[in-house]
This record gives sequence, structure tokens and C-alpha cells, in this order.
Amino acid sequence: MHPETIAPGTILDGFCVGERIHRGGMASLWAASHPDIPFPLLVKAPILSEGTDPAAIVGFEMEQMILPRLSGPHVPKFIAQGTTGLQPYLVMERIPGPSLLPRLTQLPLPWAEVAALGARIAMALDDLHRQHVVHLDVKPSNLLTRPTGEMVLIDFGLSHHDELPDLMGEEFRLPYGTAPYMAPEQVLGFRKDPRSDQFALGVLMYFFVTGVRPFGDPQRLSGLKRRLWRDSVPPRLLRPDCPPWLQEIILRCLEVHPAWRYPTAAHLALALRHPDQVKLTARSEKLRQDSFTTVLRRRFADRELSIPTGKTPTQHDGDAPILAVAIDLSPEAAPTAELLRTMVAHMLPALPGARVACLNVFKLGRITLDQTVDDQGRNIHLQRLVELRHWAESLGLEEGRISFHVLQSPDSASAILHYVNANRVDHVVIGARASSLRRSLLGSVSSQVAAQAPCTVTVVRSRRLRKSDFSQEPEDQSDVPWTVG
Amino acid sequence: MRIALMADIHANRLALEACLEHARGQRMDRLVFLGDYVGYGAQPNEVMEQIMAEAARGATAVAGNHDQAVANDRDVMTPDAETAMAWTRGQLGPAARDFLSSLPLRFEDGTRLYVHASPQTYPPWIYIRESRDARRALEASRAQTVFCGHTHLPALHGITATGQLVSFTPVPSVPVPLPPHRRWLTVVGAVGQSRDGNPAAAYALLDTTTSEITHFRVPYDVQAAAASILEAGLPPALARRLREGR
Repeated sequence: MHPETIAPGTILDGFCVGERIHRGGMASLWAASHPDIPFPLLVKAPILSEGTDPAAIVGFEMEQMILPRLSGPHVPKFIAQGTTGLQPYLVMERIPGPSLLPRLTQLPLPWAEVAALGARIAMALDDLHRQHVVHLDVKPSNLLTRPTGEMVLIDFGLSHHDELPDLMGEEFRLPYGTAPYMAPEQVLGFRKDPRSDQFALGVLMYFFVTGVRPFGDPQRLSGLKRRLWRDSVPPRLLRPDCPPWLQEIILRCLEVHPAWRYPTAAHLALALRHPDQVKLTARSEKLRQDSFTTVLRRRFADRELSIPTGKTPTQHDGDAPILAVAIDLSPEAAPTAELLRTMVAHMLPALPGARVACLNVFKLGRITLDQTVDDQGRNIHLQRLVELRHWAESLGLEEGRISFHVLQSPDSASAILHYVNANRVDHVVIGARASSLRRSLLGSVSSQVAAQAPCTVTVVRSRRLRKSDFSQEPEDQSDVPWTVG
Repeated sequence: MRIALMADIHANRLALEACLEHARGQRMDRLVFLGDYVGYGAQPNEVMEQIMAEAARGATAVAGNHDQAVANDRDVMTPDAETAMAWTRGQLGPAARDFLSSLPLRFEDGTRLYVHASPQTYPPWIYIRESRDARRALEASRAQTVFCGHTHLPALHGITATGQLVSFTPVPSVPVPLPPHRRWLTVVGAVGQSRDGNPAAAYALLDTTTSEITHFRVPYDVQAAAASILEAGLPPALARRLREGR
């Protein structure tokens, strides 16, 4: 027997409905539980009454299509969907943490906290984008924090899935979204670009750093369109202690043209986590809005600027990967380091959006952890950075596309793997140790990285002739100096 | 229930066999053929044997324009299609001819309608290429879901009670839910003569339990199918377009 409506105490297909925790214009939310499911649940149902915004039901249809296809820590886990009477509903995991909405009363926040928060949100967005979804409604009330720290994106009612029909896009002429956070291209009805979410995150970071919304909260389409030609007041003017690198990042997210933002949210997260490697441009120095004439020209003469053109990365198709190159700077590894550079130089032309992170591991003794200065008094860390830059010189990559990281750890492989996991690296390029004696004494870093990295790993090794190259006989497996592994 | 929907086989035995094999691997329960079994390709008899055998085992089949052209030559066709049709008429035996002329133009299966080109009346045979074609087609039918072929281009169109239309090019192998608040029209693509630049065979699979439709692309030996067209002395352009998927 199905109940006609959802109310506290209702049993829906085994789910026990608890108190209603939210009633918005589009949907109602109830707490719920199930005897076989060990975590708290949420029932979401669209409001279906006379005069309801038709977007409520279409948004719910979209969420019904998208949520079951998503996975991972950055989204609520989908549990079930069904219909009771005429009322459709979704059951999902209830994230216990609060949303970012209550933080609005504490604005402005310390800039360092905003940068760290921005990086966590960017990681969540990157995960979503890799699952073919553009959220299109990133705002404080749709961002929750798991007790374990990960940011969770909720409410996919306005989202676009790259592999599913876009019911929301076809249905309505006016753009749907939340006015302060909508990207310019979204205002124009373009819903396929993951970089629209970067714009919304830029608005959020700007708001959290300055306490002011960069484009206000316009109520009409004409007001929404203003952001196509009117730039925001630079954050540093409102908040002088905001560092130039953070202004650089925020204003890059707020660029009108998606192509001028970061290629992917993972690149944005990397920038927020490595301020010293952010390439500062005129954006970082800006202390006033663009001049009246510039704005006028943008508004009337440069209209094509507002229309998205060129290739749109509707998904992570892999042309803007984060490439980590692990370089052994020791003298005996010099031939491999050179080979590694040649390999990377060959790869880069095919990957115009690639960002290269050059890694070197500075091995700490397991006991003395504080020895950062070597015998000659030189700071090894700085010396390694210099050597990494020297290694990369001939690649000719401009600042902003390449960064250098000396990781300190007693264990090279785990240091590299940690970096790869924390920064959503897409591809590791690493050299194999040349000498099998060193390999047998020290273990093979490359094989451990290749086995454990969550991404593509290219192991570079100089070609050596084996015995088998000289004869048709099967190779003698016991002949260790000639085998490679 | 899982229903495999196959259209525009066009006397391409290898493509048909590849799709049937694939659909069996997808645990299909039922098979529906949406017309155009012959024409263009070089193996009309082999294909008709398969279709008739499947129909004898319970498969549904409706007639396409090429199937009707076997018995009458009133419809105007492109020169290459006409050449191939004249050749096909000389190849087919009486059993296949009888089978083709006995096929219905449409078949209603509960809330589902199977047609070759469109639910609109014939002639002409209408091509559903754009949203507005799909709108007219859906308005000409009351079925909850309409399945057709004819354009050789996989597509999915949905319409709400208020007439809002959504059109979509399906991504191969990705199941698309068909929410019940809309009516849907699916063009399943062509088994035997692809025209969207991907030479692989196309068919669709409807899961009535989950109400999801999945469009599949199935690779088959295109070179061999093209070679058989040349061997039969049919227009070389028909072999070339098979290789190019155009």
C-alpha cells in the first residue's frame, strides 16, 4: 500500500520518513532512515501544486537522471527513487555537516581560509566534471562538508550531464541559476562548459574574502548581463591584505570568456595550493575597475567576446592534464633525466593545455628530520629548485604552465604518490633507475609508482641491448644484469 | 523486459549478425525490426533468411520503403538506390518477396509504437532529421514512445504535455532514462549502412523495467561487406559509403 503523500512517519518502500527539514520553492526534504542502511538518509520530493514553477519538476527529473550516475566522496550517495501516489521522490545519503550558508554571517573570512576552502571546492568540482556533469548552481547553500573534510556538492536540479538529454536547457528560454553566481555564458543560455562552475567558485571566493558580491544580486536579465561587460571591483581594493596571488586566481575565475579561466578545476586547485607558483599578471596588481571607455567598448563594440566560441571542453577529454615529472637529479641519473626531458618535450605539443609539475624528492633521514642544510651550508631545498628549473629550461614552457616542487620524505615513491593523489595528477612521467645494482639496493621507485598511482604512468628507460637482441634463443631469466624490471 | 530495436539492415549480413550477437550478450528478451531489410547491400537473401527465422521465433517486423519498393517501383529513389533495388528484385526468391509484402507498416505494442520512418501517414516517407520533424511525428501519434529508423542517424526526442521538446544525440553505450512525464521518439540508427561518420553498426536496446534506452555501436567487418557490394557489381559508391559511414 503506497501512501498518497510524504509526511513524518510515512513508510516509503521500506524507508521511514522523519521530520521535514526543508521546504523550498522547488522541493521538500525529509530526514529518513532504513533498517539496512547504517547512515542517515534524506528524502527529496518536488513540490507539485498549482502555480509551482515548472522548473521544479524538470529540475527533479534532471536530478533523478544524474544522481544515480554519480559516485565518490564529493556527492551524496544515491540510494533509491520511486513514486508514491503521484508524488515522485529520491532517497539519498544525508550529509551530516552544515552547508557554507551560515558562514555568510561571518564574512569577510581570513584570506588563507578562503584559499584553502576554494581548493577543497575546486577538488570537488574536478571530481564532478570528470563524471561528465557541470553543476551550474555552485553557491554556499549547495556546498556541504563531510565530517572527514571533503566538500560535497548537492542539488543537481540545474546541472548538465554531458551524456544525457538536457531537459532544463531545452525547456526554458530564460537562464536558470542563482543570480550572484551565474557565469556570463550561463546567463546567455550556454550550459555545457565546466568552467562555468569555476566562475561561480570565483564569485564565492570573492564574496568570502571581501564580504561583498562581485556582481551584486541582480533581479532582472538586464542586470545579469551586466557581468558580460562590467568587471568587478578588484578584491584588494576592498581587502588590502588579500595577497596579489589570490586576487590573480579569483579574477582569473571571474574572466568573462571561459577560455581565459583555468583549463580545469584541478588546475585551479593546484594554483590555490601552491601560491608561490602562481604566475602573477596584471590581474594581481589591479586596484580599480576598468575605465569607462574600456567598458563602453566592451559593451557596444566587442560583443562577440560574450559568446562562447571555439572548442568547449564538455568533458575532461584529457587535453589539459596535470603532468607530474619525477626527476632524479643525482649525477648518475643524468642520462635518464635527459631522456625524461626529451619524452616530455615530445608529449607537450599534443597537450596544449597541459600543466607540468616537476618533482624531486629530497630524502630525509628517517631519524634526523631537521637536516635541511647540507655540509657546505647550502640550502639543499633551494639548490634542488634551481636544478629543477635548469632541467626544464629547454622545454620553453611559460610561467604558469610549469611549477617546481621539492618534496621532503624518507621514501621517494610515497612522496610522489602523495603528491599525485593530493593534486589530481593525470599522468606521471618517471625514469627507471639505470643501474640494476642501485635498483636492487634501493628498490624501484618507478615500479612502485606505476603500480600504485591512480593515473597513467610513463616509465622512461634508456634502450639497452639485451642478449636476446643478438640471438633467437629465449632470454635467460636468471641473468639479472641484463633484465629490466 | 529488454527489447532490441534494429532498423535499416540493407542486405548487410555481417552487420546484422554482429548486432544480433551483441544484443544476445546484452540479454535481450525480444527483437523488433524497424524495416529496410534489403536495398543497397549485396546479401539480401542471407539477411531475409535471418529476419524470417527471427520472425518465426516471435520477432516483430514492420516494413520500410525499400521493402515496399521490391514489389512496386512507384517510389522515386536515388540512382544508386534504384540500381541496387533493380538488382535486389532479381535476387530475392518468392518466400522473401511474400514475407516483405506481408509486413505491416506499423505495429503497436502497448504504449510503444514501431514504425520505419514516422507515425505520420504514407506516402511520403518522412525523414525525422530535426526537432520540428520529431514534433510533427509525435503529434501524429498517441503512443508514449515511438521507435523508428529511416534517417540512419541515432537520435532521441522527448516532448512534454505542454509541447516543450528536447532533442539529443545519444552517446553510445550510455543508458538514457526516459522519464514518464514526457513522450519519446527514438531513431535507432542503421544496422547496415551508417551515415553519421562512424562506420560501426547501430541499434538500440530498451529496458522496460528501468525505462532506459541504450544506443549501441557494434563494429563489424566493414571491408568484407564493402567487398561483397563490389563483387556483386553494385555501384562502387555504395561500398565506399559503407567504409566511410557516410
